[in-house]
This record gives sequence, C-alpha cells and structure tokens, in this order.
Amino acid sequence: MKYLMLVCVDPDLAPGQAEGAPEIDDWVTEMDGKGIRLLGDRVRPGSDATTVRVRNREVLLSDGPYAETKDLIAGFDVLECADLDEAVEVASRHPMAWAGVIELRPFWIDDQDA
Amino acid sequence: MTAETKEFIAGIYADGWSRIVATMIRFTGGDWTLAEECAQDAFAQALRTWPESGVPRQPLAWLTTAARNRAVDRMRRASTEAAKIREWAEAMEQEEAPSYPSDSEIPDERLELMFTCCHPALNLDAQVALTLRALAGLSTAEIARAFLVPERTMGQRIFRAKQKIAHAAIPFRVPPAHLLPDRLPAILHVLYLLFNEGYGDQDKTRLSREAIRLARVLSTLMPDEPEAHGMLALMLLHDARRPSRVDANGDLVTLEEQDRSQWNPEEIAEGTTILERALRRRRAGPFQIQAAIAACHATAPSTAATDWPQIIGLYEQLALVAPSPVVDLNHAVAVGMARGPEAALALVDAIAEDGRLSSYYLLHATRADLLRRCGRAAEAADCLRTALDLAPTEPERRLLAKRLE
Repeated sequence: MKYLMLVCVDPDLAPGQAEGAPEIDDWVTEMDGKGIRLLGDRVRPGSDATTVRVRNREVLLSDGPYAETKDLIAGFDVLECADLDEAVEVASRHPMAWAGVIELRPFWIDDQDA
Repeated sequence: MTAETKEFIAGIYADGWSRIVATMIRFTGGDWTLAEECAQDAFAQALRTWPESGVPRQPLAWLTTAARNRAVDRMRRASTEAAKIREWAEAMEQEEAPSYPSDSEIPDERLELMFTCCHPALNLDAQVALTLRALAGLSTAEIARAFLVPERTMGQRIFRAKQKIAHAAIPFRVPPAHLLPDRLPAILHVLYLLFNEGYGDQDKTRLSREAIRLARVLSTLMPDEPEAHGMLALMLLHDARRPSRVDANGDLVTLEEQDRSQWNPEEIAEGTTILERALRRRRAGPFQIQAAIAACHATAPSTAATDWPQIIGLYEQLALVAPSPVVDLNHAVAVGMARGPEAALALVDAIAEDGRLSSYYLLHATRADLLRRCGRAAEAADCLRTALDLAPTEPERRLLAKRLE
C-alpha cells in the first residue's frame, strides 16, 4: 500500500513543543534502508509556487500556492507500508510530526470505486 | 414451534451477528458491505428454513457456512467487474473453501472487529455508527433513530467509514502490545459513550444494553486488561440504579431521594465482584476508579451512611490519572457531604474562578445547594437561576425549577 506523506509546517506551534523530536537524517536513513520511503524531498515555499489550470483550452497560471494549502507544505515522501498502522508509525517518527503536521494520503488504486 | 424457533434465532443473533460479520470480513479480504449482506442473508435463510427443518445442531457453523456460500456466489457473479475480485474468485475455485463443521471451530474475530471499528483514524461519529452496525447488529434505520439523524445521513456515514477502512488500508487486526495503551481507550470510549447515550434517555435503553453486552465480550476477549473489566463494572453499577432515576411522572430523582430498594442487587453484586477482581491487578485506571466510586454509592444503605471519606480519596486518585474540572466538582460535592458545606464551597468557588465550567449547569446547581446549606438563600437562588438557564434537558430544568419554588 502506497501513501503520500505531506509534510506541513504548523504556524501555531508553541516554542519548545517539538523538544526531543527525532533527527531527520536518522529517519531518512532508516526508512530508505527498510524500503519504506520510496521517494521524498523538501519543496520551496508557497511564494515560489505556480498553480496551473486549463480553462476553455487556455493554460492559466497564477503566482503562489493553491488557496487552501497556502504556505503549509514543506515537503513530501512516498511510503510503501503494509497498512495504515505502519504508515502512522513511520509518520509519527518524522521530526515534522513533532514540529508540524503530517497528512497521510493513500494512493488511489485503479480497482477501487470512488 | 415456529415462534420458538424465531425466538431462538433472535437469541443467537445478538452474539452471532458480529461473529459472522467478522469472519466474513476476513473471508472477503475486507469487503465490509459484502460481509454484512451475507450475514444478513444467512439469518434470513435461517428464518425461512429452520422453522421447517428444525434448528441445526451447530447453528453458528450453519449460519457462517451459509454466509460464506453466499459470499462465494456473489463474488463469482461480480467477478467480471474488478480485477481484485476476479483474482479472489479464481483463488476460491482452486482452493477448497473452508467449511465450518462445528461452532467451536469458527475463529472469534470480534476483537479484531472492535479495534477496526474504533480505529482512531475514523472520526468518533463514524466509530460509534460502525460499532452499532457491525458489532451490535443494529440496522442503519435503528442507528439513525438513536442519534436523531435522517437514515440517509447515517447510511452515508457508515458507507464513508467503510470506504475509508478499505482505501486507507486500516488493518483488520488486534494491534500489537505496544500500541494497545493508545488503542484500547478508543474502544472503551465508544462503548461507554453508547452506554451513556442509552442511560440518559428511557427510549434508548437498547444502546445501554448493547454497550453492556459488548463490554462483556471485550472483557472476556481481553482478560488481562483491568480497565475493560473496570468499565463493565461501572456500567453494571450505574445500570443497577436505572429503575429509580426517574419517577412515575418522568421527573429526575436525585441520588439522595432515590428508592434504593429498587436498585438491582444482581447487577450490584456482579459489578462489585468484577471490580474487585480487576483492582487486584493493581493497575487502577479511570474506569476502575469511577467504578469504585459507583460501588460506594451502590452498596450504601443511604446517602448519610455512605462512605464519603473513601469517595473523597477516590476522586483525588481520579484527578491524578484523569484530571478534569468535572472530577474536581464531584470531589467538592463529596467533601460537602463529609466535612460540611463551608469546606466544599471554598473548593467550588475555586473551580468557578477557573472558568472552564462556567457554562456547565451542575457547577451552578452545586454551588446553589452549598450556599443554601450555608444559609445564604438569596445567593443560592441567583445560582439556581443561572443553572436553570444552562440546563440542557427538560427533566433537568424541571428538577431545578422545583428547588427554586
């Protein structure tokens, strides 16, 4: 089962709340080694984002992030896990689960109905 | 004969439903909707044939086999639709489908079912609805009625929960030991919420009954979890007092004025026995402590003869493991009974100052009672009026209004 792990910042985090969070390098090394993390990276902030939509066959661009996500997405990883419990465990050991918020999105599997 | 058979089927439905659903979820590789439909078909088939043919010697095995045959049938017919189901159906062709020769050979996977229904990745409303559907076997219409939402809304809620289980791959299993401290409280929370939903409302007693039944199942399947036993004890001890909580006019009766001869002695005896056994494990959690408080009340001959010092100590213990201003308020009430209204009023004033309970009617009602006992009638009346404005239900408002007279 594949999950997209969206790594988000939490603008309301109180200072000191993320104390004791694991190191990101350790997390990456471990999850790469186990074959759980298939891909992942940091992404530039929303000010460097471009949104693309095609309306009436015309490509429309706008400067900045898509409304709802604003400046929250800091990075992403693609995980291969047995089930949601494993994905939760992996996500909870990522430092940004301590200092931000992580959203897990299961991949859409072709067979599944909407 | 027919009536007797129907009654027998209704009797095994209570526990049989969830066992068959659980077995079918496993069998279909996680297709909850199909699992429920097949369980339903199996019971319908029993209702049709058993009055004629008699009750089979292994009724659960009969029903599970019927459900499984139905599942195989449905899967084959659907096999052109989706690759995953096709694969499954093909595997079924080759492999001999398991048969269930006797009731005792059917694995009991209700615990797996409980943990999946109460998975914290599902929102609480979904957990409750799914528990009532898959574990208690209530129909969508019955659940909708109990929570005062349209049947369509409830149907959608249950459907979405099942979809999320499938799409997000929420596992159908009992979590490993290191996750249990995080996961067991979710089940306890859902079952206790169901119990309370049925306790406060005479029309919903079925929910309390189901909660007690499922709490029994849980404590049988998790014999080493004292909090599961503590919760069952707490439910039984509360349930024992149910007959005296409301009078003939539907008005609430306070603990002090309840007719204790109406309390159910069997439930009190069972609740205290279960609690004592749980406490011997020396891992007292919030449910065991609350049950111990309930046991103090349930075994006391009157309010005056209640062991208030012990109740004070238990509330202090509860405040340590599960701190909340409501616990502090109950603690203050016990202090008022043991040490007099002045001591309690000081505690209640401190809770009121904290502000978190300012819209909780019982804070004001309690304060009113203590003020009255201190001889401060005018302030007491002011407090009662505030309580009256905040009381959530009609019976509670009537009880307060009576005190104002």
